[in-house]
Amino acid sequence: MTPRARIRNFAIIAHIDHGKSTLADRLIEACGGLEAREMREQILDSMDIERERGITIKAQTVRLTYRARDGEVYQLNLMDTPGHVDFSYEVSRSLAACEGAILVVDASQGVEAQTLANVYQAIEANLEIIIVLNKIDLPAAEPDRVRRQIEDVIGLDASEALLTSAKSGQGVPDVLEALVHKLPPPLGDPEAPLTALLVDSWYDAYLGVVILVRVRDGVLRKGMRVRMMAAGTAHQVETVGVFTPKPIPIEALGPGEVGFLTAAIKEVAETRVGDTITDDRRPTAEPMPGFKPSVPVVFCGLFPAEASEFGHLRESLAKLRLNDASFVYQPETSVALGLGFRCGFLGLLHLEIIQERLEREFGLELIATAPSVIYRCHLTSGEVVELHNPVDMPDPTRTAFIEEPWIKATIMVPDEHLGAVLKLCEERRGIQRDLTYVGNRALLVYRLPLNEVVFDFYDRLKSVSRGYASFDYQLDGYVEEDLVKLSILVNGEPVDALATIVHRARAEARGRALCERLKDLIPRQLFQVAIQAAIGGRIVARETVRALRKDVLAKCYGGDVTRKRKLLEKQKAGKKRMRQVGEVHIPQEAFIAALKVESK
Amino acid sequence: MGFGLYIHWPYCRRICPYCDFNIYRARALDETAWRQAFLAGLDHALRLVGPRPLRSISFGGGTPSLMPPSLVAAIIERAALRFGLEDDAEIALEANPGSADAARFADLRAAGVNRLSLGIQSFDDGALSALGRDHDAAAARAALTQAQAIFPRVSFDLIYGLPGQSRADWRRALDVALACQSGHLSLYQLTIEPGTAFARAAARGRLALPDEQRRADLYDVAQERCAGAGLDAYEVSNHAAPGHESRHNLIYWRSGDWIGLGPGAHSRLTLDRRRLALTEHRRPEIWLDAVARARSGEVECETLSPAQHASEILLSGLRLGEGIALKRAEDALGAPLGAFLDQARLATLVAAGLVQGDAERLRVTATGRRVLDAVLAELLA
Repeated sequence: MTPRARIRNFAIIAHIDHGKSTLADRLIEACGGLEAREMREQILDSMDIERERGITIKAQTVRLTYRARDGEVYQLNLMDTPGHVDFSYEVSRSLAACEGAILVVDASQGVEAQTLANVYQAIEANLEIIIVLNKIDLPAAEPDRVRRQIEDVIGLDASEALLTSAKSGQGVPDVLEALVHKLPPPLGDPEAPLTALLVDSWYDAYLGVVILVRVRDGVLRKGMRVRMMAAGTAHQVETVGVFTPKPIPIEALGPGEVGFLTAAIKEVAETRVGDTITDDRRPTAEPMPGFKPSVPVVFCGLFPAEASEFGHLRESLAKLRLNDASFVYQPETSVALGLGFRCGFLGLLHLEIIQERLEREFGLELIATAPSVIYRCHLTSGEVVELHNPVDMPDPTRTAFIEEPWIKATIMVPDEHLGAVLKLCEERRGIQRDLTYVGNRALLVYRLPLNEVVFDFYDRLKSVSRGYASFDYQLDGYVEEDLVKLSILVNGEPVDALATIVHRARAEARGRALCERLKDLIPRQLFQVAIQAAIGGRIVARETVRALRKDVLAKCYGGDVTRKRKLLEKQKAGKKRMRQVGEVHIPQEAFIAALKVESK
Repeated sequence: MGFGLYIHWPYCRRICPYCDFNIYRARALDETAWRQAFLAGLDHALRLVGPRPLRSISFGGGTPSLMPPSLVAAIIERAALRFGLEDDAEIALEANPGSADAARFADLRAAGVNRLSLGIQSFDDGALSALGRDHDAAAARAALTQAQAIFPRVSFDLIYGLPGQSRADWRRALDVALACQSGHLSLYQLTIEPGTAFARAAARGRLALPDEQRRADLYDVAQERCAGAGLDAYEVSNHAAPGHESRHNLIYWRSGDWIGLGPGAHSRLTLDRRRLALTEHRRPEIWLDAVARARSGEVECETLSPAQHASEILLSGLRLGEGIALKRAEDALGAPLGAFLDQARLATLVAAGLVQGDAERLRVTATGRRVLDAVLAELLA
């Protein structure tokens, strides 16, 4: 165990692409954590998706051994945190395990909305913040301007900001020195009962669940029996160790130290982020503050493109959940899409990640229904039901009123795109709360219905700002709204998978847009197809796909028979992927495209 | 139902921009090698099938009117010798007006050809040049007159659905055609096939074909005009006065047996109650070489499953006005044709007036025929 005075625990906060992972790599390298041959780009992002998308999903830690200029050897624990709003709770737990943070800002791009949210969390957690202006070697770097921006927007003193190029290694030694001299050592009592924070956990095929911990008081030893206070379970600790970043077993973790434990736990669902781990025989009286069970915010249906893949989807979801307890799922049956699952996620990115992992790691092809939020439906009986599936919407006569969740969104956008962003927010029923300028960038605060945001808001924001706007949000209460169920009917039959809950004021326009879209997506068939949008029993839009008039091969002689037969066999195989509503065949591409909606 | 022989001649003087058949630009060729190959192919087919009189021989291509008439004569003679010919057997050959002259026609007639099918395509010079043909309207008319003087039966082809073609244009073209036809017409709607010059032009936006409504209208015009002139639409694209139908093509559409010889030719044979689909090598030089070495140009022999056979019976038979004879289909399949169909969909199609059936036959209605491909996809999927 290292004396507390020689321990420094820190996180790195940065916007995507501002160089967080590269800086982490340089720090690891400088402390000799890995041989050169073991180095590869962005060591900490271990999943393919993490590396490709430049995001971190699971927290990771690395213990670095650093000999400072004062001759002392320090233990530096780098905590790599998820960097997205969907995982803000996980971020807060990672930050709670640190005494300080490095704020990395691209010296040419400046502060982004996402950086803001995370840095505010760090400030609230009382972390000491070391400001690093990265990519200082780029011709576009403007350290003075960015320094001023940090002071104006965040209110931090940036006069001592360090200048680095994580790519070339320039300035990295100064970062290490600053960690040692600016961050306080951790507090903690080695004699007190064990109190450790469960920072994150994941499933490893060989070790079972690996739990990342930060010890506050007491000592975590191999062989001891530990209790998870919120989960109410107890386990025998099999290994205690640290990541260098390779996992290295050690005997014990003392106060202020960060490392991992394994205890033959089968599912991460048993290990809750933010839980307090204590000694089962001598438990602490007081759990660590701030524990919250994770709650899904966004829901959608996931259906296999081929009905026969349902079993495979079920097994794949179970496997993913082994490693990610924050998403939930239950079986759902759709008339149009068959058997699938209703799934809940922490946010839109989380939804995308799970979907992508199902497709990539498990080879599934999926149809996802439109994302939905959780509505609170107050019935005339006084009962309140939460619903996230339009299919479950109670009859309007039994409904007193419906509430929907709103968010507070923070958007940063260059001046020239402000108009377009304002227009987008207004279209989405937004209410402006604040508009300030930082140099030529506007900092916008809007209240928005979450429902309007889960519907491609982020894509639209990126497109109207040519990729320059950055966006972050937090949930901000429930508001009563005039919400209705918009149904889509094909030849009079409702297509459950296309039903949505929308604001009455927007229902007609969306119904019209969906009908027009579907008209182009549903191929002409032998029979005329009527596509209608309805609110309750009232039809608000109609389009017609006219019946085919001419579809016959002109020449079919001896040599053409084989070709035509093979074409029919191919069509037959293709038809398995069609969804049938009444007499109408709807290609699944039509569902996928219709569910994306509203690309104007 | 009859037994047919198809001979594929893969050469043309020039390649038409809409054609995706297995064809090659004509060049100096070794007539002896081709003669030996076709004759060897016939001998091989006899060993496979045994003697069985031919109802028809059909020379197609390519441009078989470019074949040396002596080669045509040798093939007919050998086929008659090996298999025998039914009384009144049809011996048909496709010809292009660009390679037609009276002497050649006379030689082909003397070789035994009794039905000529002329690729006239249009009586309009503008349309002919748009279609990349090597003849003009005058040459087409001249060739037709000569053919009608020499051959007992003459048919010709027209292509419609050209860019900009109106219903009135097509009506006028049909009036000309009907005035000079002698019992049989093939009317093909222009189709853009992948890999052709037209496909490339269409992809670049240089070929604006009529939309589906117009195409349906033009098809309807053809049906009306031919019916008015007493030519029955006995197949999707073929119209004939009673008794003038192509006997050879009826073998295809009724899913009979035929032998196809020549590069890329297909055969269908029923042997020991198995339905065989045979294919010959596509490339002419490879085919010639294969026949020279192995006595056969066959590259593939597939046994069709009853379901595949049923598909072929449907996709071919429903093209005919007479439809499918259910008893014959059941004999061929060993089970009723209905066992291979989606009965619920069939009922829907019948109720919608697209398909008709009785105890003896299954056929599509005139409306159903116009959308036959979609009907087939419904019935078989």
